[in-house]
Amino acid sequence: MKINSVKIISLLFFVLSAFYLYTAHQIQVFAFDEGAPFNAKTFPIYLGYAGMFFSGLKIVLPDQKPIEVDPTYLEFKKTILLVLTMIVYGATILKVGFFLSTSLFLVLSYYFLGERRWKYIIIFSFPFVAIFMYLLHGVLAVYLRDPLLKYIGIMG
Amino acid sequence: MIEGILIGLKTALSFQNLMMVMIGCFAGTIIGMLPGLGPMTAIALMIPITYGFDPATGLILMAGVYYGAVFGGSTSSILINAPGVPGTVATSFDGYPMAQQGKAGKALAIAAYSSFAGGTISAIFLLFAAPSLSKVSLSFRSPDYFGLMILGLTAVAAFSSKGNFLKAMMMCVLGLMLASVGQDTLSDIPRFTFNTMNLSDGISFVLVVMATFAMSEALTIIIKGNDPSKAAKQISLTDLGSIKVNKEETKQMAATIPRSSVLGFIIGVLPGAGATIASFLAYGMERNFVKSEEKEKFGKGSVQGLSAPETANNAACSGSFVPLLTLGIPGSGTTAVMLGALLGFGIQPGPRLYETNPEIFWSVIMSMYIGMVVLLILNLPLIPYIARILAVPRTFLIPMILFFSVTGIYLMSFNNFDIFLMIGIAVVATILRLYDFPMPPLILAFVLGGLMEENLRRSLLISDGSWSFLWGRPLTICIMFVIFGILGWQIYNSFFKKKL
Repeated sequence: MKINSVKIISLLFFVLSAFYLYTAHQIQVFAFDEGAPFNAKTFPIYLGYAGMFFSGLKIVLPDQKPIEVDPTYLEFKKTILLVLTMIVYGATILKVGFFLSTSLFLVLSYYFLGERRWKYIIIFSFPFVAIFMYLLHGVLAVYLRDPLLKYIGIMG
Repeated sequence: MIEGILIGLKTALSFQNLMMVMIGCFAGTIIGMLPGLGPMTAIALMIPITYGFDPATGLILMAGVYYGAVFGGSTSSILINAPGVPGTVATSFDGYPMAQQGKAGKALAIAAYSSFAGGTISAIFLLFAAPSLSKVSLSFRSPDYFGLMILGLTAVAAFSSKGNFLKAMMMCVLGLMLASVGQDTLSDIPRFTFNTMNLSDGISFVLVVMATFAMSEALTIIIKGNDPSKAAKQISLTDLGSIKVNKEETKQMAATIPRSSVLGFIIGVLPGAGATIASFLAYGMERNFVKSEEKEKFGKGSVQGLSAPETANNAACSGSFVPLLTLGIPGSGTTAVMLGALLGFGIQPGPRLYETNPEIFWSVIMSMYIGMVVLLILNLPLIPYIARILAVPRTFLIPMILFFSVTGIYLMSFNNFDIFLMIGIAVVATILRLYDFPMPPLILAFVLGGLMEENLRRSLLISDGSWSFLWGRPLTICIMFVIFGILGWQIYNSFFKKKL
C-alpha cells in the first residue's frame, strides 16, 4: 500500500470518526430513554461507524487515481496571510467596529494579493464600505454595531 | 391547477418579486460568469439577503440567481473557454470554437435561445409533473423518506463525484456529522457542543455553505495561483460580433431543442444526476442524431453541438426542482442549498407544500419561467457589458468574495465565533478540494441530516428497534433495490473498471 496525501487525509478522517463515535457514546440521555429503540445518541453512533467504514475502505483499497499536489506550485504565503487577515478581522469587528475593521481588511487583502494601485485600493475599501453600510442602514434597516463611528458621532 | 398558476403568476408578477427575478438573474449572471464560482456560491452569497424578505420573494430571488448563474457559466465557457460550472463544460466544446471564429455574439445568442427554450419546455413539464408527484408522495411514509434520503446521498456521491465515490461518501458522513452538532431536536440534549454555548443551536447552514463554497473557492483560486481574468485579457470583450441567428441555424436548433429538453428534464429529476450529466448526455445524443457531415462539425463550432448541452442543462435545472418541491428531498447540491434556505424560512418542502403554501409552490414555478424571459431580454443585449466582469483582477475579486462571506455570517449572528468557525471550515474545505474531495455531497448531507435522523427515529420506533422497516413495504424495497444497485455498480467499477 502506497502512502499518499489522500490516504493521510483518510486516516485523519478515520481518527475523527473514531473520536466522534467515542463522543457519541458519552452523550448523556435521559434514564427512561436509555433502552429505547432510538435516542439522542443512536444516529451519531451509526454515523461514527459509517465514517470509520468509508475512510477505512479508502485507506485499505488501492488508489486507482492517485492525486499528488505539487506544493511548489501552491501559493501558501498569500493564502496564509489572507487567512490570518480574516482571523484578525473576525477578532476586531466587534471591538473596533464594522467600518474600520472591514475597510482595513479589504486594504490588507488587496495589498497581500499583489495590488499596488493605491487609488483603486482606497476607492474599493473605505468609500465602498461606507456605501455598503449606508445601504444596510438606510435600505435594509440592518443595524451594525460600530463603537468608533458612535464615538465620533457619525452613528447614533 | 389553473387556479394555482394564477396564484403563482400573481405572486411572481408583483413589482417586488419581478424586481427580485431581475436582480437575481443579473447578480447570478455576474457571479456565475466568474470561473470557479458557480450557482451554489451565487445562491450562498444571496442567502443572508433573502432572509430580509418573505419566503416567496426570497425563493424567487434565489431561483433567479440560479438561472442567472447557469447562463453566466455558459458565457465564460463560450468567451474564454473557462466554464464557471461543470454543467457548462460541454457548452465550451462548440461555443468556444465559434467565439474563436469571430462569432462570439452568435454563440451567446444560440446559448441564450437554447437555454430559454429548454427552460421553458421543462418549466411546462414541471407544471404538470410537480402537482401529480406531490399527490403520489403523500402516500410516502417515514421508512420511504429515510430510504429516499439515503438514495439521494448515494446517487449524488456516485454521479457527481467524477469517480471519487468513497471520497464523496466520506463527505456525506462529514456533512451528517456537522448537522448533528447542537441540541437534539426531540430531547434537547446537547450533542458535540463541548460545553460551548455558541454550538448549542448547532452550526448554521449558511455558515457551512459560505465556508465550503464561497470562501473555500476563493481560497482555492489563491492557493492554486489561478487568475480568471488572464484568459479574458486575450479576447475582446466589447466586440462580440452579431447576435443574429439565421434561418438555417434556427432550423437546426428547432430539431435539437425538444429532444434535449426531454432528456435534460428526466436527468434533472433523478437524484444526483443534474445539469452536468444532462449536458454531456445531450451532447453525445445529438452527435448520434445528426447527419454525418454535421457530425464532422462537432467540436469545431457546431450549432447543434452548442444548442444541445445548453438546452439540456437548463432543462435539468428545472427538473431538479421536482424532487425538492414534491418530496422535500433535493437531488443536487444547488437544490440542497435552496432547501436549507427554505428550512431557514420555516418552510418544509414536500407533498404538503402544495397544499399549505400554494403561493410558494406556484410562484417558484412561475418565476422560473419569468426568469427565463428576463435572461433573454435583459441579459443577452447586455452581455458585452456584463462580460467585462471577466476582466476584474483577482486582487479585487477574491477580497470581495471573502468580504461578502464574512459579512453575510456576521450580519446573521453578530457573533465572531461564527466567523472563526467559518474560517476553520473553509480552510479544511480548501485542503479537501485540493485532493478532489467533492463538496456538494457534504452540503446535501448537512441539509438532510436533521430530516434523516427524524425519519430514522420514527421508523425505528414504529418497528420497535428492528431494521425490518427497510423491507416492510414494496416502495421501500424498490428504493433499497436502487441503492444497492448504485452501490453494486460502484463496487463493480472499483474491481473491474478500476475507477473508484
